[in-house]
Amino acid sequence: MIDKRVQSIADALSGIANGSVVLVGGFGAVGQPNALIDGLIEHGAGDLTVVANNAGVGHTGLARLLELGRVRKIICSFPRSSDPVVFEELYRAGKIELEIVPQGTLSERMRSAGAGVAAFYVATGFGTKLAEGKDTREFGGRAYVLEHALQGDVALIEAWQADRWGNLTYRQSGRNFNPVMAMAAKLTVAQTQHVVELGELDPEAIVTPGIFVDRVLHAPYGDPGEF
Amino acid sequence: MAQAVDQGLKRLGRDAMAARVAQDIPEGWYVNLGIGMPTLIANHVADEREVIFHSENGVLGVGPAPSKDAIEPWLINAGKQYVTLRTGGAYVHHSDSFAMIRGGHLDLCVLGAFEVAENGDIANWSTSENDTAPAVGGAMDLAVGAKRLWVLMEHTTKDGRSKLVERCSYPLTALGAVSRVYTDLAVLDVTPRGFEIVDMAPGMTFETLQARTAAKLTARR
Repeated sequence: MIDKRVQSIADALSGIANGSVVLVGGFGAVGQPNALIDGLIEHGAGDLTVVANNAGVGHTGLARLLELGRVRKIICSFPRSSDPVVFEELYRAGKIELEIVPQGTLSERMRSAGAGVAAFYVATGFGTKLAEGKDTREFGGRAYVLEHALQGDVALIEAWQADRWGNLTYRQSGRNFNPVMAMAAKLTVAQTQHVVELGELDPEAIVTPGIFVDRVLHAPYGDPGEF
Repeated sequence: MAQAVDQGLKRLGRDAMAARVAQDIPEGWYVNLGIGMPTLIANHVADEREVIFHSENGVLGVGPAPSKDAIEPWLINAGKQYVTLRTGGAYVHHSDSFAMIRGGHLDLCVLGAFEVAENGDIANWSTSENDTAPAVGGAMDLAVGAKRLWVLMEHTTKDGRSKLVERCSYPLTALGAVSRVYTDLAVLDVTPRGFEIVDMAPGMTFETLQARTAAKLTARR
């Protein structure tokens, strides 16, 4: 019998090594796996590369992980938030490496990793600072930039419903990067608001099938907080 | 001094600028509105006109802001404001959302900008003037991906510098991407001959507009 459910946050995160590339789902606070981020702080892994759309708010969650010096590098599209104080201090002090990636390219780099595509060409960023040093090529008279797949060692994501096979649904705009990251990591851990019996999810409505998910943690975290 | 120069000229306010853009969006278009002033455009498209608004975070069919007691905490737009989903709307994940953008499925994107050049170059993500980390979000994807890119911005900066220029001085978002610019003073098309005036704010003359624009203007034939 397949049962991907784990009983504790520690079990959900066991085996995450120092130096891991960690994909963190969510857009702002919506769809962000808060229980797993807090768990990662407890877990203690360091020298991490974090891939997320944003770089944390205030002094909790992702910002706290940064503040504790656990993150060597952040790969994101928009490090600003309503209160990006921790990130900006570290960045000014040269204590964190930043790779800015256009949002769609960020997502597609992960999708590609999940889909077995090593690299791809996009028009996004051509002729800009963000394409400096990258290979370019013309197709049909238009210029494109070569972008490489971005694979995670671990993906931490948030779902709305999950069953024991790891089939997932999401809620409204909480879907965002989560299904993409689920495909793109060697180990995918989903925290879920609701656990349902196998067979309860409408097969037509499953967004992430369990093949992309390794562990499921029931974390009825409630509504997203502030951004 | 600016006031003296402005006598007889009616600069458009932010809402009037947004309304001016809304007037040019036909029913049936799929449209992404950038963060800031472009977001106001939606307020000027009547509900019964079916224009479908897209948000980068995977919302197709963004509706108006909810009343305080009807907020859905899981439903936000790319500016992280609470929104609603209109009837017929759909949720998608980020890669599908940007497939809509990059794949040329959006009829229009309207962005704000620091500068637009006469060749259609746009600079809207970084001024390199401060030491805070640059943040690009989805601007570069939108600028190259939508079928049309319009810019909605003030004609000049607060200190009176033209934001319409011969060549951008700030880091570029995309090359040759802008086809039309809406400002508080005029509407201008980007053409092979540079900026061509489509229309001007009440009381504006060609000479006055040219004096406030750091690129050569042509009148529409």
